[in-house]
Parts: sequence; C-alpha cells; structure tokens
Amino acid sequence: MDTAWAYSSEIAAAVCDGRVSATAVVRAALARIAKHDRVLNAFTAVTEERALAKAAALDAERARGRRLGALAGVPFAVKNLFDTAGLPTLAGSKINRDRAPATRDATVIARLEAHGAVLVGALNMGEYAYDFTGENVHYGASRNPHDLGRMTGGSSSGSGGAVAGGLVPIALGSDSNGSIRMPASLCGIFGLKPTYGRLSRAHTFPFVASLDHVGPLARSTRDLVLAYDAMQGHDDDDPVCAQRPVEAVAPLLERGSAGLRIAIAGGYFRAGASAQAQTALARVAAALGVTNEIELPEAKRARAAAYVLSASEGGALHLGRLRARGRDFDPAVRDRLIAGAMIPAAHVVKAQKFRRWYREQVLALFAHVDAVLAPATPCTAPAIGQRTFVLDGVELPVRANLGIYTQPISFIGLPVVAVPVPLQPLPVGVQIIAAPWREDVALRIAHALEQAGIAAATRPSLAGAG
Amino acid sequence: MTKRAKSNKSKAKTPRAPAKTRTRPMLPKRGRKIPQRDPPDSFVDAAARALDLKLEPAWKGAVKTNLEVTLALAALFADFPLPDDAEPAPVFSA
Repeated sequence: MDTAWAYSSEIAAAVCDGRVSATAVVRAALARIAKHDRVLNAFTAVTEERALAKAAALDAERARGRRLGALAGVPFAVKNLFDTAGLPTLAGSKINRDRAPATRDATVIARLEAHGAVLVGALNMGEYAYDFTGENVHYGASRNPHDLGRMTGGSSSGSGGAVAGGLVPIALGSDSNGSIRMPASLCGIFGLKPTYGRLSRAHTFPFVASLDHVGPLARSTRDLVLAYDAMQGHDDDDPVCAQRPVEAVAPLLERGSAGLRIAIAGGYFRAGASAQAQTALARVAAALGVTNEIELPEAKRARAAAYVLSASEGGALHLGRLRARGRDFDPAVRDRLIAGAMIPAAHVVKAQKFRRWYREQVLALFAHVDAVLAPATPCTAPAIGQRTFVLDGVELPVRANLGIYTQPISFIGLPVVAVPVPLQPLPVGVQIIAAPWREDVALRIAHALEQAGIAAATRPSLAGAG
Repeated sequence: MTKRAKSNKSKAKTPRAPAKTRTRPMLPKRGRKIPQRDPPDSFVDAAARALDLKLEPAWKGAVKTNLEVTLALAALFADFPLPDDAEPAPVFSA
C-alpha cells in the first residue's frame, strides 16, 4: 500500500486489517520526511526512535488479536509548542532551547496516541506564535509545497507544510488569531479551530491565554474529524477546557449541509479581499446555494481589540525573557512584544468589555443562521520575505494584515473549519463559521463541499523538493 | 535743545510678561536639528523604565512604530460606548 497520500481512515483500516503494518507506514513517513523536508523545512525534530517503538507496539497488539484504535498506525506531527516528552518545547524560539525537556506529552498528543496514532516529530512555527507568515529567523521559513518560494502562513507553518506536502496526514497546530486557518488557507488543506475551550491546551506553550485554541490540520474532512473526535473531552489539567462530554462528529458527517441555514459574512468581510479570495468564497457559496449576507456588527473594532489583547498578553507573558534575553528574539517578534507590554491597561480592560458586547451581538445572529462563510485569508500565499501587499488599492504590511478575516472570529472563540478551494496557480481557504460548540455544523458543511469537489486538498508536485 | 538728565531714581520695573508656552515646534536653526519629543517617543522611554526593560537604541524605532499602530487600533474601540456596569468577557469564579 502506498501510504504517501493516503488518508488517515485508509491507513488505519489497512493497519487494522493487517494489509500493512504500522511499522511499514511509519517507516514510509520517516522516509518522506527525510527526502522532502530538507526543502519544505516543516520539521524541527523527528522522533524516529519513539515512532518506530510505538509502531512496533501497535503491530504486536494486532498480532495478539487486540482491536486497534480509529487512528491505528497514522503518523502525525505537532507544532513545536506542544510538550513532547524528551524534547524542549521550543515554541519556535531560540530561547526555549535552554528549557529542560518536557517530561510528558501534551494532553492532545496522548489522546491521539491512545487512538493508535504515531507521533513522528515536532514542527516549525513562527516564534512564540506571534506570526502569520511562517518565517522564522532561527529555524528558517517553512516553504509552501504548492510553490516553494511562497509562505506557508503561520504561525502553524510546519503543520501546514507537512500536511500539504504529504509528509503526514494529520498535524496539530494552535490558533489565537488565525494560526491554524492561515496555513490551512495558504497551503490548501483543511484546518479546524474548534470552540474556545473545546480541546485541552494543557502542556502546551501559550501565547494569548484569552484567545489560544489548539486543533488539527489534514487533507480531508474525515481525517480532521477523526483527529478532533479523538482529542475531545474535559481535562483537569486545563482550567479553560470546558466540562463537556465528547460530542463525536464522525457519525454526523454524512448529513451534509441539508437543512442548514447559511449566510455570507458581509460588510467588513467583503472589503479588501483579492480576486482569488473572492472567487473562492463565491464558489463555496454557489455550491451551497447561499446568496444572502449577514453582517457581524463592529467586526473592525473586534479585530482591533483582538490585536490589542494579543499584543498585551503576549508582551506580559514574555516580559521576563525580554528583559533577560531580548537579543535572542526574532527582532520582528521582539519589538511587537515590547510594544505590547507597554499598552495602557485601560485599553486592555476595554478590549475585554467590548469582547463581551461583541460576543452577545454575534451570538444573536445565530438565531437566524447555522453557519457563516468568510474568506480565510485576503489573498493566496505571498512570497517568502514579502513585506507588503495591496488590499483594496492600499499597500499594507503583510504580517499584520493576513489575519484581518480570522481575528474577529477567534476573538470570541467561534468554531471554524477552513476549507481549501483549489484555484490555479495557488489554493486559498474559506472559513465556515458556526455557533459555539457546533463544530458538527461547520464540519458537515465542509464535508459536503469536499464531496462536491468544491473543497479539496490537491497534491503539489514537490518537483523541487528533493 | 536741552537733554533731560537721566534720573537717578530707580524706575519701577514693569513685570516681565510670563513666557509663552510654545505651541509650535521651533524652526531648526540652519545646520542644527532639534530632536522632536513626540508623545509616543517619551512614552516608550518612560514605559521601558517602568517595566525595568533595557531598550537598545536599535530597537526603539520599531517598538515605537508598533506601539503607535497598536494605540491607533485601540482608538477604534476605546471610546465605544459601553455602560459602567459592562462586564469584561472573562468571568472569575471563587
């Protein structure tokens, strides 16, 4: 079985049936990483020994007639802010190299492995997650598999590159302002940012406590759901993790979009999008038969407030490191964090009060709709190193403005699936936004789009990738 | 014409008018730039001191620019009308 581009469900079925061993699957993944990652630069660590040991254990379990989990033998990798036993949790930084190795895995890693998945390594990311580009001055930029001269997007840059490049079928990322949805969009894959508090953040390196989410990236909605279902459930180690039972989406996926009320986000979300982003949104809307628009009130202010909260909380988190080791930061990150630490408290307090108001306004809209569509990024992947782009005729900095459509949504923790629309020459994503705790709605719509051929994670040629 | 002798009496001095507060920047004298102290510039210095943060000269420009951007964004919601009893989003439970 050629597992290079196989989906997780196919791999797990084949391993459970005995058509392929977990060891063979993992060896093939490790070989792909060795071959292509020199160019893609998605990985910062490959946990080969651990992965082969886990695979051997799975094969032994199967040989004993034990039933294996829904992700049996599926290789996966994680953004390097997830604690991985035996590795220092880098969070994209040079400074964190000096941390003691993690003594245990992040909760969500343990849960994926409990379902039979096999961790093969840790992935590159923007320093301390304060990044939308996927560039990293310490570890190099991750490269977009669809065009090696272009960004993956960030900050879950390696997660986007590794999945889009066929190195692993599932990766984990984090998203505070768009860091799962951005690489999903620019790399042409599916990404899920669940409801704030749905998935445990325990044993991960934080960025913005008010806004941090963790979630999966994959090349199919079914793989996204397999990972998501496996990771669900309350975690005593994470005070933010909601006391909710596992609400499995896998049995609901085939329901599709029938009966769901869907609208396009108007106003703020209609301004500034490139022709490609607009085309992608139009295709998705047309496929779903959606023509009506709905306006999220004060989305521009919401984005501004998310920006202020991120800068302030990020600056506060890193203040000790800024004092002691300022020169060891990525300058592009350091100077924003310092500025963040200087924001007057009155603005931070007001941002949180505005957040409650905005949440109430937006939730009221979900009395009339089940899901809202919006672009994930204003454009397809910019070139690596590109500093500015033109949105609506205005030249703007790339770093600060790639997240204009994602920030107002994560600001209030709504669940979002970013679906890839395979345009030429580059893909771009669309956000499917649902009400809190209704990941099932967003995933059903995403699945329907995938089955209709509108959303698809196409294979890049990787011709220049070794 | 007879010149009037100067009086030896000391004349009451007219109190000097108070110095006017400068409302416009001084025009630079030829060949010399007078450093501008924009509010964000002095704020950055003061904030760094308050945070016990040693700000290297090479960083200051970017820090200031980023702070100006952030404050401009804060201005978008800072005056958004909310009642005094508006609660912040996070709720603490004892």
